[in-house]
Amino acid sequence: MIRVILPYQLQTLAHVHAEVQLDVDGLITQGSVLDALEARYPVLEGTIRDHITQQRRPMVRFFACQEDLSHQPPDAPLPDMVASGAEPFLIVTAIAGG
Amino acid sequence: MSGVRVLVGTRKGAFILESDGQRQRWDVSGPHFGGWEIYHLKGSPVDPNRLYASQSSSWFGQVLPRSSDGGKTWETVGNKFEYDGTPGTHQWYDGTPHPWEFKRVWHLEPSLTDPDTVYAGVEDAALFRSTDGGQTWQELAGLRSHDSGPRWQPGAGGMCLHTILLDPADPQRIFIAISAAGVFRSDDAGKTWRPINRGLKSQYIPDPTAEVGHCVHRIAMHRSRPNVLFMQKHWDVMRSDDAGESWHEISGNLPTDFGFVIDVHAHEPDTLYVVPIKSDAEHYPPDGKLRVYRSRTGGNEWEPLTNGLPQQDCYVNVLRDAFAVDSLDACGVYFGTTGGQVYASADSGDNWTAIVRDLPAVLSVEVQTLP
Repeated sequence: MIRVILPYQLQTLAHVHAEVQLDVDGLITQGSVLDALEARYPVLEGTIRDHITQQRRPMVRFFACQEDLSHQPPDAPLPDMVASGAEPFLIVTAIAGG
Repeated sequence: MSGVRVLVGTRKGAFILESDGQRQRWDVSGPHFGGWEIYHLKGSPVDPNRLYASQSSSWFGQVLPRSSDGGKTWETVGNKFEYDGTPGTHQWYDGTPHPWEFKRVWHLEPSLTDPDTVYAGVEDAALFRSTDGGQTWQELAGLRSHDSGPRWQPGAGGMCLHTILLDPADPQRIFIAISAAGVFRSDDAGKTWRPINRGLKSQYIPDPTAEVGHCVHRIAMHRSRPNVLFMQKHWDVMRSDDAGESWHEISGNLPTDFGFVIDVHAHEPDTLYVVPIKSDAEHYPPDGKLRVYRSRTGGNEWEPLTNGLPQQDCYVNVLRDAFAVDSLDACGVYFGTTGGQVYASADSGDNWTAIVRDLPAVLSVEVQTLP
């Protein structure tokens, strides 16, 4: 079971609490986790990564295990602690504005 | 008794105000979609309970909610706006080619005949249409692929398609306006387009009378007379009597002809409204006085409407989609400000009152006259 923490605005959009738990098949990567997240909550399609390019939206960040994984390739394996469910995968809004 | 519903889009959510036909007491609901920018909300003319909203943020992009009960509840529909074919390039601020990139929906225009058909004007400038209630969107690509497309450039607010006028007398005819390209017209329901900017003069472009490149802020028509168009351009208030084939200036005695909004009285096709703004460098009313100007002669002769509006120390702006009229008798007139007030007049503009204040900056105001 993969644990994903969503930012507030996406919680309200998907009508969920901060943490959602997902079953993800195969290798645990950013891409596979986001695929599973969007499959479960289609309303999130296009809000975390671009509909067309599948690129991470510029002001969304991915953290896990005290590391910024935002610039990791989408098919790179996530840390074992995320894959085991011990640690969550955090989707975070970049600090922007004043 | 009939009533009125005012749909207000702001920088941090949507608000819905409702009143009976007297328009004296208002119920305010919201914020809907709190924290999100709501560029525009609009209801279907044939089903007033069907509303569409443009919900977006710098973080999460575009979302598109739809209501089937007049805004009490909402469901999220399709947010995939994919340009048709290879997008190509338009002109960037520095004159270099820049790829077309979808950023947000500026304006939603529901069909005059079908509640499931709705048009979306987007940034970077393009026109999309949905025929399934917003679930899926298809670009009307004949507009963006016009020969002049590579020469279009963004205004300060981005390269937005912000106005869509559907001709009530001719279902094949659509007018749209883009900052900063100008006005375009289709006579075949959106398949092909041509620019209709003859008569416009813009000193801020290399050729002031160019075919495209004009920063048109807003156009308006009265539904009984769709060949007569009115325009608030970056500078200049303009009029066309031939469906956009030619334009002439009607700024007349306005204190400044810069501004964003323009609208037409519901029952008097030659009664117009604008809100003069000091300049493109100073986006606030002249002399700190918030004044709506009304012409009862189709332009050129304007009178200030001030009763109930702040006449000192007022430095708000009124953005291009933030002015609307209802169709009651007498005509109600409404506008929202970047200071968060929504002002209303139940007597065609003679007297004004703030029906809500201290909202986030208002981006859009639309009015539904309810049966």
